[in-house]
Amino acid sequence: MNDTKKTPSGEQKTTLFDKIWDAHVVSAVENGPTQLYIDRHFCHEVTSPQAFNGLRARGLKVFRPEKTTMTADHNTPTINQDKPVNDPISRNQLDTFAANAAEFNMPLYYPLGHTKNGVVHIIGPENGFTQPGMTIVCGDSHTSTHGAFGTIAFGIGTSEVEMVLATQCVLQTRPKTMRITFNGKFNPQVTAKDLALYMISKLTTGGATGYFVEYAGEAIRSMSMEERMTVCNLSIEMGARGGMIAPDETTFAYVKGREFAPKGEAWDEKLAYWQTLKSDEGAKFDKEFTFDASDIEPMITYGTNPGMGMGITKSIPSLDDIDEASRISFQKSLDYMGFKPGEKLVGKPIDYVFLGSCTNGRIEDFRIFANFVKGKKKAENITAWLVPGSWMVEKQIREEGLYDILTEAGFAIRQPGCSACLAMNDDKVPAGKYAVSTSNRNFEGRQGPGARTILAGPLVAAAAAISGKITDPRG
Amino acid sequence: MEKFVSLTSTVVPLPIENVDTDQIIPARFLKATDKNGFGNNLFADWRYNKDGSPKADFVLNNKAYDGSSILVAGKNFGSGSSREHAAWAIDGYGFKVVVSSFFADIFQNNALNNGVLPVVVSTSFLAEIFTSVEANAKTTLTVDLKNQAITNNATGTSETFAINPYKKECLLNGLDDIDYLLNKRDLIEAYEKTIK
Ligand code: SF4
Repeated sequence: MNDTKKTPSGEQKTTLFDKIWDAHVVSAVENGPTQLYIDRHFCHEVTSPQAFNGLRARGLKVFRPEKTTMTADHNTPTINQDKPVNDPISRNQLDTFAANAAEFNMPLYYPLGHTKNGVVHIIGPENGFTQPGMTIVCGDSHTSTHGAFGTIAFGIGTSEVEMVLATQCVLQTRPKTMRITFNGKFNPQVTAKDLALYMISKLTTGGATGYFVEYAGEAIRSMSMEERMTVCNLSIEMGARGGMIAPDETTFAYVKGREFAPKGEAWDEKLAYWQTLKSDEGAKFDKEFTFDASDIEPMITYGTNPGMGMGITKSIPSLDDIDEASRISFQKSLDYMGFKPGEKLVGKPIDYVFLGSCTNGRIEDFRIFANFVKGKKKAENITAWLVPGSWMVEKQIREEGLYDILTEAGFAIRQPGCSACLAMNDDKVPAGKYAVSTSNRNFEGRQGPGARTILAGPLVAAAAAISGKITDPRG
Repeated sequence: MEKFVSLTSTVVPLPIENVDTDQIIPARFLKATDKNGFGNNLFADWRYNKDGSPKADFVLNNKAYDGSSILVAGKNFGSGSSREHAAWAIDGYGFKVVVSSFFADIFQNNALNNGVLPVVVSTSFLAEIFTSVEANAKTTLTVDLKNQAITNNATGTSETFAINPYKKECLLNGLDDIDYLLNKRDLIEAYEKTIK
């Protein structure tokens, strides 16, 4: 490829990103983007109907139906999923999704209630659809989650969904590469979410725009697959096209034996290839950042973008700390949140707690939450929505006895879906109310018109649910 | 897709940074199964009161800017979700160009795929537009895609902007990526034979 780097001796040093990208180039448009082959396409009910309409209008079939996995998750209720959906417009969207799956003969369609149904970025890895070395797309920006397995995974718009359905390809401009290294070890009570919020607060929401990020270093290597998914998931919140982590024994152990993972000889062959998937020693990245994991403490956000984060015991910046050009936006954001510059947030009463989403709706997140609330009681002023990322997570919650721990502490478990992450369904935080949320976006109105979102990890959320206030889980 | 060649229009100023896709089109409006009607809900939470009446202080409700085809916004416009509904809302409202000093990746792509031209200008050029519009709401900009130039007609200041040559051709001719890819089916099938 044009931008492969060569050392003076002529030996090529390439990044993990380059290796996977180059292996998927079908052609290059002169002076333009690359035609990239897509191994796995995930599809949901909200960003796909117009794409299927497009196919119909052009008289096209789906080119490779077996390479698209369809799940209903964004606009779905988290109670009474066995009953017809109340809102007629939402019901129509779900019916349209079903009708498209049938009309276009899509073999991997998981409607509400199906054992494989759940949030798209959770069911992909769980069922073994997500495998190292792949290119993966979905009409959802948090597709970056799958990068945890050493894939090039990124969100696309609906026009691009149509392209993938029609041709199994997209046209993409090659992004620049960035490596972010986390040396050292985590402090106790610090989760992957804290690491991600810390990083976004340093880089800002546009800090990685135009780049594809590889995460590296001791702290990343020590993470479970669930934690890696949380980190890669949030790559998009600093503008990155995606984020990835080189696959290793942790990755292979996770993938092995899952339903759609290769088996027998095919496994051995794939494994041999996957073991080559890492950046060469000395490969050049367009940009590098290095952090020390031991500097990270439990994090919360105080503003209306994910870059407005701070250590839970810290104070909101004062106006003097903010660039003059950004002060109006900063003040507008704090006004929305009902916070003041320079204020500390520990001890502030809150109203809602949301555990869930493709950021923190996996089994490990429920383990962390349950472990903290075990033997305690939910605060009376708190409405808590605990929403498993998938039916498989829900099943595990029961099998591991977390269900009992959580219900004894006064929590109810809802049915899987995106839920209050984007509040398309009825799980909306009322105007002016505060929610400590394990999801990924604290934008104005994201969790309902006027809702005030404080992003945090599952441990901070658990501590808030018990005390009814913003609370440092370290005690 | 509609062709885009050049345009002169008054502008709607939105001097706010990090305008995310949830502001451009809130999630509760994403339930439609076609591309129409999103323009009415562009910036819905900033634009309407709870009862649906227009908020007097929001710029889209200011008659002085009626009929503008150019939106000018603060840096990092369009961050957040991949929802193409954001581009449909901007297009549906009647904007053909969005000017900012910085755009989020996916939004930029989505806009181009819908014939809406995102124009990246320098911070000083952006600031000058806001100043000109504040002084005179009838200030116009001219955006010339062929020459990749944008001009503030109040001051005469001009800047060139970057655009991928392939995307430029697509816009000038009203072609889209799917047309291009459909012509490459044989290459795709040849590629698939090489997958192990
Ligand atoms: S949980 Fe939230 S971020 Fe994840 S796929 Fe659903 S809406 Fe998107």
